[in-house]
Amino acid sequence: MKVYLLFNISKLNISKAALSLFAAATLCFSIVSVAAAQTPEERGLEIALEADKRDTGFVDNRAQMVMVLRDKRGTERARKMRTSALERSDDGDWSMTIFDQPADVKGTALLTYSHGLEPDDQWLYLPALKRVKRISSRNKSGPFMGSEFAFEDMSSFEVEKYKYKFERQEACGELTCLVSEWIPQYDNSGYSRTIIWHDTAEYRMQKIDFYGRRGKLLKTLVPENYQLYNERFWRPLKLEMTNHKNGKSTVLLFKDYEFAVGLTERDFDQTALKSAK
Amino acid sequence: MLHKLKKLTIIFAVIMVSNASVGQNIDDYFSDSDYFSASESALSVSGELIVQVRQFIDPALRDSQSRTNASVSFEPEFYYEAAESNDRFTFKPFMRWDDSDDERTHADIRELNWHHVADTWEIKTGVSSVFWGVTETVHLVNVINQIDGVENLDEEDLLGQPMINLTLVKNWGNLDVFILPGFRERTFASRDGRPGSNSLISVDQAIYQSSAKQHRTDLALRWSRSVDIWDIGVAYFHGTSREPRFSDQITYGKTSTQVNAYGEVELIPIYDVIDQLSVDLQATYDAWLFKLEAITRSGQDERFSAAAAGFEYTLFDLAMSGIDVGIVSEYLYDERDIKATDDDLSLAVRLAFNDVYSTELLAGVARDLNNKSQYFFVEASRRIGDSFKLALEVRGVSNVDKADPLMVLSGDNFAQLELGYYF
Repeated sequence: MKVYLLFNISKLNISKAALSLFAAATLCFSIVSVAAAQTPEERGLEIALEADKRDTGFVDNRAQMVMVLRDKRGTERARKMRTSALERSDDGDWSMTIFDQPADVKGTALLTYSHGLEPDDQWLYLPALKRVKRISSRNKSGPFMGSEFAFEDMSSFEVEKYKYKFERQEACGELTCLVSEWIPQYDNSGYSRTIIWHDTAEYRMQKIDFYGRRGKLLKTLVPENYQLYNERFWRPLKLEMTNHKNGKSTVLLFKDYEFAVGLTERDFDQTALKSAK
Repeated sequence: MLHKLKKLTIIFAVIMVSNASVGQNIDDYFSDSDYFSASESALSVSGELIVQVRQFIDPALRDSQSRTNASVSFEPEFYYEAAESNDRFTFKPFMRWDDSDDERTHADIRELNWHHVADTWEIKTGVSSVFWGVTETVHLVNVINQIDGVENLDEEDLLGQPMINLTLVKNWGNLDVFILPGFRERTFASRDGRPGSNSLISVDQAIYQSSAKQHRTDLALRWSRSVDIWDIGVAYFHGTSREPRFSDQITYGKTSTQVNAYGEVELIPIYDVIDQLSVDLQATYDAWLFKLEAITRSGQDERFSAAAAGFEYTLFDLAMSGIDVGIVSEYLYDERDIKATDDDLSLAVRLAFNDVYSTELLAGVARDLNNKSQYFFVEASRRIGDSFKLALEVRGVSNVDKADPLMVLSGDNFAQLELGYYF
């Protein structure tokens, strides 16, 4: 779910070599399947791989973010943070999130090494105690910072994390969208399935419907205001997650997106975590 | 006492009102540039102002002590980083005013340092503090800073320590070298303060083994590394023990007790020069954290060892409620008889509601396996609005054996309420 990753502002993956093999195989498949019709599963995977491919090679990035929590009555609370990510060629990406608001958690920082279907490594820095604590990354369905985003919504995209199925092509606003069903393959997901709309122009996610474990529509995410960075990478500057069950919503707003700014492994180690400000 | 509380309430009401405006337009959230961008030089000012009220359950032992105690603390932080530079400057003073205890009314420089960051090393020069370790109930391996004992019983408030800290960042792990010029004496409640009524400790005298007294320069080394599910640290410390020892014998040629103006016997803290080797280890597997801290120390009477080992298990998002329920249990061992945590088992439950208010609760008990003496605690907190936090604590002892070191705290069980303003 690359477009709205928080901890990894972008995608990351299985090894690039494996990925290109995968893509090549799929491509061969799709050429062959011009004659022998492609199955919906093959088409679904193909779309996910194409979207993923368009996001490979971002090197590193950083951005500022505001999370606005809105309750049923429309009362809003803002949370501010800064995020940065480093693309890794042989494993999942590394990322750092530093919290600026609310003031009582200012300086708290989270370092994540993603590993695909394997559990991520995560360290939390607690500034009041100056303590670095290694934490469990098992939490998938729980809310992030009291928002309508679950931890799994914020995690990195991995091809093998879902089973795919192409459903249909339909108009979405002024664009045309490819609609696919993604079924989580990792443990402890709060979703039975998600329905994803990719536009045919740039393979950007235009909408996601999340279905709960019992199959009912739980949440809808709408990314908006896509901007192009470094002439290659599309990022939405606004993402709105609406919870249909409790009537609350959370808006993520991004600012000052920067790509390939020269971040290194040293910006993503425990020493850097301790002095993140 | 009451009129003081009223005054504080008014101060807070004023702050709350002036802070109540929450932006309604989403586009406004980015208009204020109150957090720094990596490409700009920035001085950031943050901090906290906390009003605290403690209510002791039992009447005071002495007339000068009180059953209800009010206190205010203020801790601003000034942080400066030049644009795209590798140098940072931090200044963090701390002040507390306390209604009844002159020793608890105190100020400290928690941080005043220059931090230079390079590719494979970092150096921090000045006053700072350091946290080592993984366990929750005790912090055995955390030896760099002195404990600000008057602050709380959890030993998590530390006095600023002057240091030069060189960190080498290598592929075989991190190596930290500490040169620690100067020593800070532990703070203790005066005879007017609580908790700790049952032990009178001299606040104006200390006995040092080192002839340099508090001016000795101490040394520490630590290697740490994270591999797969493991986080490991090995450390060595040579210098004046942060933890004092008490005795009724003549020590280093000095009497280790004194009689105060009220004719009561006070113990004088003895600071020996020690050698301590420690290891701390955590394995993080699924929802489990397995933890170990162990030390061996020489220099305070006979060499001894101490350890803490246990686990933390969390049930995340219990029944899709968003609530995390964690269980923390640790076994505490100390070869010294004078320690309360000599052969104890702790059990605590942690609730994280993961709501807008970050509501949290931690409650637990540590029980001596031999004499059944118990230490218990409750910590709960909840944010109010964007800038305030309300925190409740309960700490105390029960079923205390006359011979257990926990006797020091008996009769001083208390509940504490804090309202903090954060900026």
